[in-house]
Amino acid sequence: MTLTASTVSAGARTSVRSRRRRAVRAWPAYAAIAPFFILFLCFGLYPTLYSLVLSFQKWNGLGSPEWVGLDNYVRLANDDTFWLSVRNTFVIFALSTIPMMIIALVVAAMLNNAVRYSTALRIAYFVPNITSVVAMAILFGAIFGESFGLANALLNAVGLPDVSWLNSPFGIQLTISILITYQWTGYNAIIFLAGMQSIDSEVYEAAKVDGAGPVRSFFSITLPLLRPTMIFVLIVSTITGLQSFTEAQVLTGGPSTTNPNSGGVGQGGLTMVLYFYQQAFSHNKFGYGASIAWGIFLIILVFVIISWRYSVKREDPTR
Amino acid sequence: MSILASPRPVTPGRIARPAPSLMSRRRRRFGLYLMLTSGALLSVFPFYWLLVIASNTTSDIYKSPPKLLPGSHLFENIAAVFDKIDFIAPLANTLVVALSVTFLVLFFDSLAAFAFAKFDFPGRDALFTAVLVTFMLPMQLAIIPQFITMVNLGWVGNLQALIIPAAANAFGIFWLRQYIKSAVPDELMDACTLDGGGFFRQYVTVCLPLIRPGLGFLGLFTFISTWNDYLWPLTILTDPHRITLQVALAQLQAAFAQDYGMIMAGALLATVPLLVVFLFGARQFIGDIAKGAIR
Repeated sequence: MTLTASTVSAGARTSVRSRRRRAVRAWPAYAAIAPFFILFLCFGLYPTLYSLVLSFQKWNGLGSPEWVGLDNYVRLANDDTFWLSVRNTFVIFALSTIPMMIIALVVAAMLNNAVRYSTALRIAYFVPNITSVVAMAILFGAIFGESFGLANALLNAVGLPDVSWLNSPFGIQLTISILITYQWTGYNAIIFLAGMQSIDSEVYEAAKVDGAGPVRSFFSITLPLLRPTMIFVLIVSTITGLQSFTEAQVLTGGPSTTNPNSGGVGQGGLTMVLYFYQQAFSHNKFGYGASIAWGIFLIILVFVIISWRYSVKREDPTR
Repeated sequence: MSILASPRPVTPGRIARPAPSLMSRRRRRFGLYLMLTSGALLSVFPFYWLLVIASNTTSDIYKSPPKLLPGSHLFENIAAVFDKIDFIAPLANTLVVALSVTFLVLFFDSLAAFAFAKFDFPGRDALFTAVLVTFMLPMQLAIIPQFITMVNLGWVGNLQALIIPAAANAFGIFWLRQYIKSAVPDELMDACTLDGGGFFRQYVTVCLPLIRPGLGFLGLFTFISTWNDYLWPLTILTDPHRITLQVALAQLQAAFAQDYGMIMAGALLATVPLLVVFLFGARQFIGDIAKGAIR
């Protein structure tokens, strides 16, 4: 009887004593998983529970916290700036996720047909994703600058007027969306590509025999069979997109703004997490900040559950 | 798994549509590569533009129309970065943090993943579910109490505030567990047991050598994301002399936003080391990212 007990059926030995003996004998396994759980208890579970307590308190970090019951949540529900940040976040999310999914699908379909230079091409498409958001946001700030940026120079070159990218709320949202799309399209294309390559080529053969062209095959075979991958990409994009912070913070945090975490002109770049950060760490409102964090968590949770339900319900029941 | 899929076998017998002529097939392939290459160029263009701005004087950048080619002022601009801020310390701090986190994550995650993948101990499945649940907790829930904890520990402004909480993570355990399940055969484990090897000897002599490519991926992934981390370092590194590159970069921009040439030189310096590290393992890395998502 050794530790390599994966072959031993657990159901055969359910008596408490043998369970305990097995647990004692398995001490190295418990020791191996202990570091993760110790760290999680200290830096994951404990702070999360503590933040729940904090959200019922008023505290600026100094002195002693004051219990205020549900006041923070009532205030949050009536906080226009918070709802503005929710709106901003969803606008940015829609403006970035929709083009990103479409372009990524097209790129993946093309890569799927490209035999030569495939590694170089994949690296080129992937590399924006590994570069720091801070560096890219600074660069995009220069490209989308008002009077001397490359974006406006290109628009002028084809006879279009300047766009005030970073000097209007919608311009800021658009710039942030372009940055997010830029950084995540290649990543998602690579994942779509892997999904496409796991589709059995015999399915395509059969379709070809039935007279389906490449476009028809894409819509009738690739897209339906890619659904699980698309759900994965959508859920991941939702969770990361609704928590976007760095893009907005760096793009709108220049010295021209008096308050660096306010989201720029008209607070157009004030995302939910940026508002949380501003309240918690610029204004030291720890209690209110904690309630914002829980508000954000609930919004993301509801949104993920809805999109999950929606996509799973429409999935093939045989899967 | 390779993208170099062999040409699909031609089904003998009935062919419903006439095979496209050689010319039109060539034209189609040309169109495909034209679009793919344009997209790829667009994807790497910002890196080129970074170099263009970083190598021109700021007055050249303000000119209209803007200069489109790299200039000759790269080293001037780099010198200006070193002149304005202490760039070496943030670089060293980032290296220390990224390397320590990577090493610790590889060690702790592989140990836990080994236990979850190859051993049957009471409570295993419940504990593994707990690992997965920790995935779901968003960072901002914990960040205020985390900050308070760091104040109480006296770690505010210190690098261990970045290293210790990040020393093990659910993603790595989850990913390596899958990897170990497919890469470490039970027969080798049993052979090691027959030789009198226990858990830790099996881990060192059987598991570790077999999962080296998996560790390579997780290591690169961890290194890159730690190098690029921003929110938590921004919050906790209150001492301006002890910050990471990303925080230094943001400060550089906030303080000297008009001096584009210099700021982009800083951004370039912060980006190039990571690019080099990435290009070393890029091929396998991209394949593994995709594999992790598909399963």
